Amino acid sequence: MPPPVTAENNKLNRRLGVDAFLTFMRVVMSTFVILGLLMFIGQQIDPDNFVASRINPDATGLTAAQFEGLVISGLSQGAMYGLIALGYSMVYGVLGFINFAHGEVFMVGAMTGMITSNKLDESGAWESNFLLSLLFVLVIAIICSTLTAIIMERVAYRPLRGSPRLIPLITSIGVSFFIQNVSVVLLGPGAKSYPTLPEWLSKKRELLGFVTIEGTRLMVLVVAAISMVALWYLVERTKIGKAMRAVAEDKEIASLMGINVNRTIVTTFAVGGAMAGVAGILWGLLFRSVVHTTGFLPGIKAFSAAVVGGIGNMGGAMAGGITLGSAESVAPLILLEPWGIDGVSQLKDAVAFLVLIFVLLVKPTGLFGERLSTEDRA
Amino acid sequence: MSDTDGAPPLLEMRGVNTHYGAVHILKDVEFSIYPGELVCLLGGNASGKSTTLKTLLGMVAPTTGDVLLNGEIVTDESISYRVERGVTMVPENRRLFKRLSVKDNLELGAFLRSDRSAIDADLERIFEMFPRVKERLSQKAGTLSGGEQQMVAMGRALMSDPKVLLMDEPSMGLAPALVQTNFELIKQIHSQGVAIFVVEQNANMALSIADRGWVLQTGRVVLDDTAEALLANPHLRASYLGET
Repeated sequence: MPPPVTAENNKLNRRLGVDAFLTFMRVVMSTFVILGLLMFIGQQIDPDNFVASRINPDATGLTAAQFEGLVISGLSQGAMYGLIALGYSMVYGVLGFINFAHGEVFMVGAMTGMITSNKLDESGAWESNFLLSLLFVLVIAIICSTLTAIIMERVAYRPLRGSPRLIPLITSIGVSFFIQNVSVVLLGPGAKSYPTLPEWLSKKRELLGFVTIEGTRLMVLVVAAISMVALWYLVERTKIGKAMRAVAEDKEIASLMGINVNRTIVTTFAVGGAMAGVAGILWGLLFRSVVHTTGFLPGIKAFSAAVVGGIGNMGGAMAGGITLGSAESVAPLILLEPWGIDGVSQLKDAVAFLVLIFVLLVKPTGLFGERLSTEDRA
Repeated sequence: MSDTDGAPPLLEMRGVNTHYGAVHILKDVEFSIYPGELVCLLGGNASGKSTTLKTLLGMVAPTTGDVLLNGEIVTDESISYRVERGVTMVPENRRLFKRLSVKDNLELGAFLRSDRSAIDADLERIFEMFPRVKERLSQKAGTLSGGEQQMVAMGRALMSDPKVLLMDEPSMGLAPALVQTNFELIKQIHSQGVAIFVVEQNANMALSIADRGWVLQTGRVVLDDTAEALLANPHLRASYLGET
């Protein structure tokens, strides 16, 4: 006899259906990745092998230098995503909502960096005293992006404290449009460029005898690493950091300890903003061009990186950024190209978001995410 | 005893009225706690017990009336102002920072203090009192058992070096076997000279260790007496101790 059709059974059947679909998707995506990888390896061994000659007759295989270049550009890109992702993750940890205007804080960093460095270039200091100018530009950009984040919190989010989480989320999208348009009004809609970097910085150099890396990218990696260590120290080893972690977990009890919750939330925004400012400068120096929409795609990708790493987790944000950056740089060529897909490098944005989907299918809490029980997040 | 030595009460409420919106919670509540006392507050559900604690600590502002700490009016002062001057609370259900280590939890209790050596001395004192806590120092607080969490919660409160400890339903959610131990702990902390103000459902147990007790009914203090007298009060026995 078939089981009786009840509301309970219907619900159960639907859940089983969803589970089956998810499992199907997991299998399909994993198979696609594994087959792609196998074909890539085959292609590397012999570009005219049996499979490749049918599926991807144009296969040439990658040289070691090409591969190295992809990995390095992926890592440096990823390090910048990671720096931005920290801001998403920290604000989510403390307030439980995604601040979609965070990408704009990054854009403000890149814009102020552009203005300051061009002014310095006009005065000649950019050439005569490059390191000092760079430091100055960095400081100004950090100050401006930090201020943007602080004002944003004060004006747009604090009045909404205690309202349902969807409301600050929607507000953040509004804030994002607002900042973009302010940028258009103040600086015009066209793309603006950074001054040329000195030759000694941007030239390719040998590192440790076997890696060739562009100086700018090396700088990105080093600065990102320093920022990350500084942030780790701040959060794990100082009193402010302890307050931040306490507020992230339970605001009421944190206030019982005598912690000033509002000030801690502002600090969190400020630190996230500073990190975005650093990322903005690095982005500007590396790509040498900014527009008012510069913050959008990196912002969305950094948000994805934060989710991939496990939102609310700082180490996860950085790891997620590196994962996403490397994947979007390397994966099109080693996973998609062997399938005979044309123009794979154009697909890097799609790949970045496929990584997000894949990670969420396999580990919904993200790489380093902890399961947040309803009790924890209440 | 303490009423006679002339010292001002440690904590005092004078004609406090509290509202949540239009709902009148506390009605002309008036009482004082003297240094070193152990006082319990009894009352049924929604009688205003938690609101009393929250008002004392400044989490809820009274509509009229004043809260005094060491004779000073602190009604408009912040929570941290009061914590710095010796009031602290062990919240209902312990509410540890579950994802933080036991050590972080304890140190957060001392957030407003900056004297490192005194803080370390207090940490040692807490380890002496709760040796189990020391063993679990680097563990996440959420992984501890209920009894251990209770110890950490009390330790965290003690880390602020309080003169008076407010406890909101300390035995709630503990296994029955632990309730007794819990009261032993409260007695132990009290014996070190900390005044304790405990809100408790378990009236019998609370009165057995308390010096004095108040009974709150729909926001009004209806009984205020020594613990012995309250235990002997037939009305109270009937309504709170489950005897007929």
